[in-house]
Amino acid sequence: MISVLGAGVAGLCAATALVEAGHKVELVLPDGTPPPVSRLAGGMLAPFCEGESAPKDVTLRGRGAIDWWSDRVPGVVRRGTLVLAPPRDSAELTRFASATTGHRWVDPATLEPALSGRFARGLFYAGEAHLNPVSALTTLRDTLALQGVQTRPAPRGDWIIDCCGPAAIPEDPHLRPVRGEMLELHAPDVTLTRVIRLLHPRFPCYIVPRPANRYMVGATMVESGDTGPVTARAMMELLSAAYTVHPGFAEAQVIATGCGLRPAFPDNLPTIRQDGTVFRLNGLYRHGFLLAPALATDLVARLPLPERTSRQTGTIRPPSQPSQVRRNASTGQTPAQSPAPARPKMTTPAPNNTPNTQAPKQDQSHAH
Amino acid sequence: MFYGTELNNRLMLGTAQYPSPQILRDAIQASGTEVITVSLRREGPQGEGFRDLLRDSGCRILPNTAGCHTVQEAVTTAHMAREIFDTPWIKLEVIGHADTLQPDPFALVEAARILCSDGFEVFPYTTEDLIVGEKLIEAGCQVLMPWGAPIGSGQGLRHAEALRTMRAHFEGIPLVIDAGIGAPSQAARAMEMGFDAVLLNTAVARALDPVAMARAFALAIAAGQEAHGAGLMPVRDMAQASTPIFGMGVLG
Repeated sequence: MISVLGAGVAGLCAATALVEAGHKVELVLPDGTPPPVSRLAGGMLAPFCEGESAPKDVTLRGRGAIDWWSDRVPGVVRRGTLVLAPPRDSAELTRFASATTGHRWVDPATLEPALSGRFARGLFYAGEAHLNPVSALTTLRDTLALQGVQTRPAPRGDWIIDCCGPAAIPEDPHLRPVRGEMLELHAPDVTLTRVIRLLHPRFPCYIVPRPANRYMVGATMVESGDTGPVTARAMMELLSAAYTVHPGFAEAQVIATGCGLRPAFPDNLPTIRQDGTVFRLNGLYRHGFLLAPALATDLVARLPLPERTSRQTGTIRPPSQPSQVRRNASTGQTPAQSPAPARPKMTTPAPNNTPNTQAPKQDQSHAH
Repeated sequence: MFYGTELNNRLMLGTAQYPSPQILRDAIQASGTEVITVSLRREGPQGEGFRDLLRDSGCRILPNTAGCHTVQEAVTTAHMAREIFDTPWIKLEVIGHADTLQPDPFALVEAARILCSDGFEVFPYTTEDLIVGEKLIEAGCQVLMPWGAPIGSGQGLRHAEALRTMRAHFEGIPLVIDAGIGAPSQAARAMEMGFDAVLLNTAVARALDPVAMARAFALAIAAGQEAHGAGLMPVRDMAQASTPIFGMGVLG
């Protein structure tokens, strides 16, 4: 039996990958566990755009995430990402292009007619996608439950997979919190069908379309562990960015605001650390949905074969992740604490933070 | 000497906008910078995770009041900085204009006076205006930090002649070019002109390879500093052959 602590994106991806590999798994959520921070995520699967400020590994490993999620949850929207800049910052677009791959120059209006006449040029990352974090996490959890995975308040497994995300920060001197703030808007006057990123001098600002003219606008990056409500400055900056993209956002209703802490290591990359029979997956930073599947795959490869952790098989879905095949290589017999060479790591979510308003209610429907 | 502290390396680095704290740390190491600036206004008391990483760098920390728009905000932030970092140094920024991030000289002088009389060693972010500079000195500042160009603009020394005048006017006062520097050549030029140091952030943090760019700036600043010390040749209107032509036959 393997106990997965935490039911955010890291924990649920890990549990899913473990069940698919044939392990017997339980989810552990002590009473009073706050909802995971990953529900506040943008849900962008943007391996190329993230390459602007992240090492190549994030792009390489994140690319598999789109298929991973598409195979397991409904509503993965593969419409790419459109990157824009206000006219006076258009030099930033050139810089962004030179710092990333997987893009081409476009006239934004050809992709999003609602932007007609507003931006002379943009960068299009056709290979990117987005999903709805709340419904994706719900689907993973429901699927696990159908496969017999129970949720318990305390672990009873022989192996512990600690995916507690920001809750681990107080005990881990290497982890630090990076505060993020987001808004959800209902904008009947605006019709956008794919993720829009607006280059912003201080943080990557994006607008993620959700069903029924709702939009998630995020997300600030503040080196702080403050879990208080969204600040006026953040709100002004996010709203001003949205307004820059389309003036129709001025009439939008603010449905929800949220604030969460991203757990991050000094290199802002996730990692898996092993301590005996405990594996700690953390440090997903702002790449939860992008990198949690890769971390989960790495985790499976580092655990003993299923027959050594349980006798039951619950696999329903075929492992569609090619890299899971590696599992046979060197699995179980490495109780070594050695930091994994490459960047294996997994991650996160479970969280401690509180949404300052009710979480955005998302429909479960599949976008567009 | 910056308030009694001698610095061998005359590059001062800002710590915002790096891809990760690890890359910031590598950039500090590659450049050999001895002073890093840190903002506090937005991060507040709960930004310890990041600040611990900065303390580990071994650099002298110059906290700043970036993001402050009033005297009161700046003074409060300076006090918080002194408690958090246990240093009297404060880079005083009082922003007057949200778009250009231009300093508000009136609030700046007032805040400088309050802080200097309270024992702070103030590094004021100012313009090239001579009178403002004099008022800051009179308020107790022993260093001035004129801008090269608006923060983050990368325009270099936008008013080079005015800066030259400022350098001449404040003989003996350490002057640091702060903000607006986009390329190592611009930093080298400032040092050739006799400025004592250059403070920058965006040009390094947002480079495609921040570590290499930090090193490039350090090299340029060292070159400019050495060139200034070596005595630059004056610019002439006419060519002057480096080999004397005296004694050559003059025909015709």
